[in-house]
Amino acid sequence: MSSTSLKRETSQQLKNYAGFSQTVRNSLTMAYRGLLKIRRTPEQLFDVTLQPILFTLMFTYIFGGAISGNVHNYLPVIIPGILVQTVITTSIVTGVQLREDMDKGVFDRFKSLPIARIAPLAGALLADTIRYAIATVLTFVMGYIMGYRPDGGLGNVAIAGILVIACSWAISWIFAFFGVIARTASSVQGISMLVLFPLTFLSNAFVPVKTMPHWLQWFVNINPISHLVSAVRELANHGTVGGDLAISLIGAGFIVAVFAPLTVRAYMRRT
Amino acid sequence: MNHILKRGTGPGNGDWAVEASGLVKAFGDNRAVDGVNLNVQTGTIYGVLGPNGAGKTTTIRMLATLLRPDAGSARIFGHDVVKESQVVRQLIGVTGQYASVDESLSATENLIIFSRLLGLGRAEARRKAADLLEEFGLTEAAKRPLKNFSGGMRRRLDLAASLIAQPPLIFLDEPTTGLDPRTRTQMWDTIRRLVKTGSTVLLTTQYLDEADQLADRIAVIDRGRVVAEGTVDELKASVGTSSLQLRVQNQQAIKEARQIVEQVLKVRSNVSAEAGKITAPMADADLVTDLLVALRAAGIHLAEMSVQKPTLDEVFLTITGHGVKENESMKSQKSNVVEEVRV
Repeated sequence: MSSTSLKRETSQQLKNYAGFSQTVRNSLTMAYRGLLKIRRTPEQLFDVTLQPILFTLMFTYIFGGAISGNVHNYLPVIIPGILVQTVITTSIVTGVQLREDMDKGVFDRFKSLPIARIAPLAGALLADTIRYAIATVLTFVMGYIMGYRPDGGLGNVAIAGILVIACSWAISWIFAFFGVIARTASSVQGISMLVLFPLTFLSNAFVPVKTMPHWLQWFVNINPISHLVSAVRELANHGTVGGDLAISLIGAGFIVAVFAPLTVRAYMRRT
Repeated sequence: MNHILKRGTGPGNGDWAVEASGLVKAFGDNRAVDGVNLNVQTGTIYGVLGPNGAGKTTTIRMLATLLRPDAGSARIFGHDVVKESQVVRQLIGVTGQYASVDESLSATENLIIFSRLLGLGRAEARRKAADLLEEFGLTEAAKRPLKNFSGGMRRRLDLAASLIAQPPLIFLDEPTTGLDPRTRTQMWDTIRRLVKTGSTVLLTTQYLDEADQLADRIAVIDRGRVVAEGTVDELKASVGTSSLQLRVQNQQAIKEARQIVEQVLKVRSNVSAEAGKITAPMADADLVTDLLVALRAAGIHLAEMSVQKPTLDEVFLTITGHGVKENESMKSQKSNVVEEVRV
């Protein structure tokens, strides 16, 4: 063993907290770890590649005629809806993988390192935005192939895509929280599906709200998913920005503000 | 049981790498750690010895800030593990019982990520990873995924990862459990080298042999409590006296020699006739001088003389009163010894 690599650095100053820039740096390193893992196990990307293709095809051809008269008229309705639904469903996997990851010994080392406590979680969630990006691009491409020509233009479609990715990242904190508190990966999947199914289907993603009973309309209209879907529709189909965008962003910020600290605390408690 | 030995006049407060008092951790009804006191002097190897489930790992996890103690306090180089946990983390390296490295990445990638997390720059991290891999003989396997690593390679990588920041205190939780004898010896050498460079090492082990080989001081832990503490020699001495073994050159003189031994040492001795060996407990080493003089005066010539210290196995059995339950082979060994004595 060479003596140089074991020399002690005496000038090192000791702080009892991690500063903001260190938090960002640590999180980015952890995100890099997440990307390396994805590169090592590309089969992890099956769901985000197949689901957009399959769901877009299925839902459009099943509901198209019934809801909008024909498939072509349904595309501006369904593509933003299916986009939000697919990408948010993808974010469940974040929680499941986090659970599996945390059961491994390497998380013990992360805990024993003088790094920002939030970094292992934030990094994992950040790396997963690549999954959301893949799902987003594929959904729009599928829509284009089927004849969807959004009037908002490429720029607004890109903004809409980024909006969905950002909101999904925020929502993934909820599933990360389940991931930290649950005992097994499969129970994370179970709880998350239970939350997600009502949220995505009791929204305006697939059908016009008018067709639902009144009591249900009340829920659909306050459902944040509905607002996100509306915001994407406005951006992609008309190139306009409305109140739905603001509500979506505020909602996303609220989720992060509540669930990020909760998740980190649960993570710290967990042994 | 009152086997806790008086500690030698210790150094000043600043020289303690670890000071823990009254540490308690309960999981439900099970008090895994039940009032552990530990003091580890800077620059030494300290062994925590105990069977499976004695509370070794839980103790280490509390000292390494991975687990919050239910009661008691612990300081690492004077910093409280609960209140100043982030400072403590900058002073320690932890190598867990199960390799705490990333299975899905390569050895290099693992070390680079840990280096980056510890604040090293991109190039610096790369260089550090290469250096450490070379030191631990892993250069050839650097690019391979960890799934194909042997247990020994994994442990070495794990230890390498703990050394990136050159922490002054290193926790090793059962560093050689599951390793073959050759790899174990390599690991021991590595640990000894670490201490030479000034690091303090706190290691847990269930191998008496390992504690004997490595540790300057040992705490024997059983059912969440420290049941004995001291240097290896002190512990051995606490169990019983060493025994003096004499072999005379002339078989005829053995009877006379035995009389002299019993007279001078004032103890009862045993003789194994065929080997021509006299064995007697040696309570006071000073009396051996008198014995040798007496033997010379009587014209009895010795072929061989040795002092047999009690083994740590015996220490453990005596202190805990129940032996090492998990290690059946050791138990059977012990019963063999007993039978030999009877014969």
